[in-house]
Amino acid sequence: MKPIEVKNLQKTYGDLKAVDGISFVVNEGEVFGLLGPNGAGKTTTIEILEGLRERDGGEVKVLGCDPWKDGYSLHKKIGVIPQEFTFFEKTSPREAIVYYADLFNIKVDPDQILRDVLLEDSAKTLFDNLSGGQKQKTGLALSLVNSPDMLFLDEPTTGLDPNARRAIWEVIRSLKAKGKTIILTTHYLDEAEQLSDRVAIMNHGHIVAMGTTDEIISQHGSGERLEINGEEKLAEYIKANTELQVNYDTAKCVISIPLNKKIDALAALAAAEQSGLDWGEIQTRRDSLDDVFINLVSGEVDEQGEIVSEDAESQLSRKRRR
Amino acid sequence: MGSGRRILSDFKVFSRGYLRNKFGLFFGLIFPVILILIFGAIFSGNSSSTIDIYTQNQDTGPFESPQLDIASQFLQALNSSSTIRVITVETSNFTNYLAEHSSSDGIIIPANFSANYLAASPINITVYGNPTSSTNGIIVGTVSAVSNLFNLQRFNGEAVIGFTQSTIGFENPQYVDLLIPGLIGFSILVSPMFSLVNISSEYKKNKLFKQLSLTPITKMEWLASKILWYIVLTLASFLLMVAVGVVVFGAHVNLTLGLLPFLIIGPTLFASLGMLVGTVTKNPETAGVIGNIVTFPMMFLAGTFFPISIMPDYLQNIAHVLPLFYIVEGLNNVMVYGNITGALIDIAIVSVITVIIFAAAVKLFKWRED
Ligand SMILES: Nc1ncnc2c1ncn2[C@@H]1O[C@H](COP(=O)(O)OP(=O)(O)OP(=O)(O)O)[C@@H](O)[C@H]1O
Ligand SMILES: [Mg+2]
Repeated sequence: MKPIEVKNLQKTYGDLKAVDGISFVVNEGEVFGLLGPNGAGKTTTIEILEGLRERDGGEVKVLGCDPWKDGYSLHKKIGVIPQEFTFFEKTSPREAIVYYADLFNIKVDPDQILRDVLLEDSAKTLFDNLSGGQKQKTGLALSLVNSPDMLFLDEPTTGLDPNARRAIWEVIRSLKAKGKTIILTTHYLDEAEQLSDRVAIMNHGHIVAMGTTDEIISQHGSGERLEINGEEKLAEYIKANTELQVNYDTAKCVISIPLNKKIDALAALAAAEQSGLDWGEIQTRRDSLDDVFINLVSGEVDEQGEIVSEDAESQLSRKRRR
Repeated sequence: MGSGRRILSDFKVFSRGYLRNKFGLFFGLIFPVILILIFGAIFSGNSSSTIDIYTQNQDTGPFESPQLDIASQFLQALNSSSTIRVITVETSNFTNYLAEHSSSDGIIIPANFSANYLAASPINITVYGNPTSSTNGIIVGTVSAVSNLFNLQRFNGEAVIGFTQSTIGFENPQYVDLLIPGLIGFSILVSPMFSLVNISSEYKKNKLFKQLSLTPITKMEWLASKILWYIVLTLASFLLMVAVGVVVFGAHVNLTLGLLPFLIIGPTLFASLGMLVGTVTKNPETAGVIGNIVTFPMMFLAGTFFPISIMPDYLQNIAHVLPLFYIVEGLNNVMVYGNITGALIDIAIVSVITVIIFAAAVKLFKWRED
């Protein structure tokens, strides 16, 4: 049994299918990233898993229970940061932690938790007066009070400064090192790449891609390629003297050669050297998660939830319409 | 066991937050005291209970001796009634004079008043007044009582029926004594009701209920902790109001245990009612409006600022469906009349309403979203 099993999950609001039949599992000790544009259905999905919203269809098992029906007992075993976390206005982070510990009837060291999330400096500031990032850290601190086996973090670093983001990443990494299962949503793809073992990209209530970031990139993006800054003549020379496929971007003056094998790069560079022509910077590149993400979510979704890939023409005309 | 501990820890956090919020403190503690001060000042002291009335004395004598100046004797008698105070004016146009002085009440003592009285021929005093004004009845009553007295005396008659004034409950009640139960009722209503309407709708909007649902505290425990706090606040504001009443206005207050049920069940009722309003409404704005619609009639029609007996019948009927009415009536029964049976009936009615409202609030209020 996996800690999270979701089969054909559905949730509608009026006519809107916010979550439209998604299925996935999360493995023990894994960080699972949920990506997708605004309104994709991430929060809806994650709150159904937390037992905060009722589903309309499908099966969901979290730590073996039905999160809606068994919410009360499930909540003792999970930690949650909701999106846009808020708390009692006139309560300080330290008091909030003590309050949670009292409710859970456990002994904790509030100062240690505050240190863990880099909040010790604002321990006694009332929630009202905390900055956005400090509020977010309070949320993280509270989600840790009951030492949960599983954490749901809905955009935990949105609005944080780079230092604070990295600090929270460290907390998440250390939690992962302790073997906790973590479900994370984020709009920062670098964050997803840094932290997640696997990610799912959602769009319009569907999962449009799932797997490790490498898997997603190789499945949905172009493979590795060699890029050489040079003239078109050079591109033609390489094309004529090797078996390689050579593309030329006249605008950027970049010769781009897909690498089926790494050794292909050597052949291309040998040809370039032989040509006696000038050439500039070289690099190997592959589609980043960003590139793949943009491609995936800007495409339309057909009835089956499959991406209908758009040709350049229709993408252009869509941009013009906006 | 766990339940009590959770209620207490929530109580601790909530009360601390409440005490840090000056606005809440003002409404919970200071505002009722201000009410006591204002209403106490309005209704205490003697001058406020006598009505000033402009009078034109057109009497033409005889003035040879004071015994013959019947008109002056008549005005003196009016003054000594202590309900009205005569202000004699000299003017050629009395009605204009009244209008210029923004007064609708006036008396004209006609010419030949004394002469006709002595001759036992009919006299007609004119009393100006606006029948819709509450002072009018008092003036007419006083003038006719004094007239009757003079009529009797003219024929050497003597009054047969007399009366002495007495009171129920206290030896010597002050206005402020009668005010205190109503104002306590007011503070029992306002603070818990408005706070819970606000809190419950705001928590829903800010997803704080969702947040709490992730902890072991239950809806009922959460509400119980709020109720507990408003009971404490009500007791504090009760003591403060009574203290101000006693120190500033010399009020007489019986601090009996019979008050406790009202001071405990009252806040329970209105905190639950506020919770219910916040729960069944979509957003804080609607909740505020509905909260006011529910609260305002009770604030004014339940006998808080004035007894319902002065209201027309249909308003009295409305008062009888307002839960606060039974609290104010009960407080009056305990504090003023010492009517324990009446108070028991009142507390029984209030308890039944409270159980229903509390159950509905807990049942309908949702931590989570479906
Ligand atoms: N309670 C609700 N009532 C009606 N519609 C809702 C409700 N909650 C969410 N929706 C709609 O469902 C869709 C998915 O919302 P959701 O909050 O799950 O998106 P999200 O992926 O978390 O977006 P974001 O990145 O902006 O947080 C949106 O179109 C939203 O308007
Ligand atoms: Mg969201």
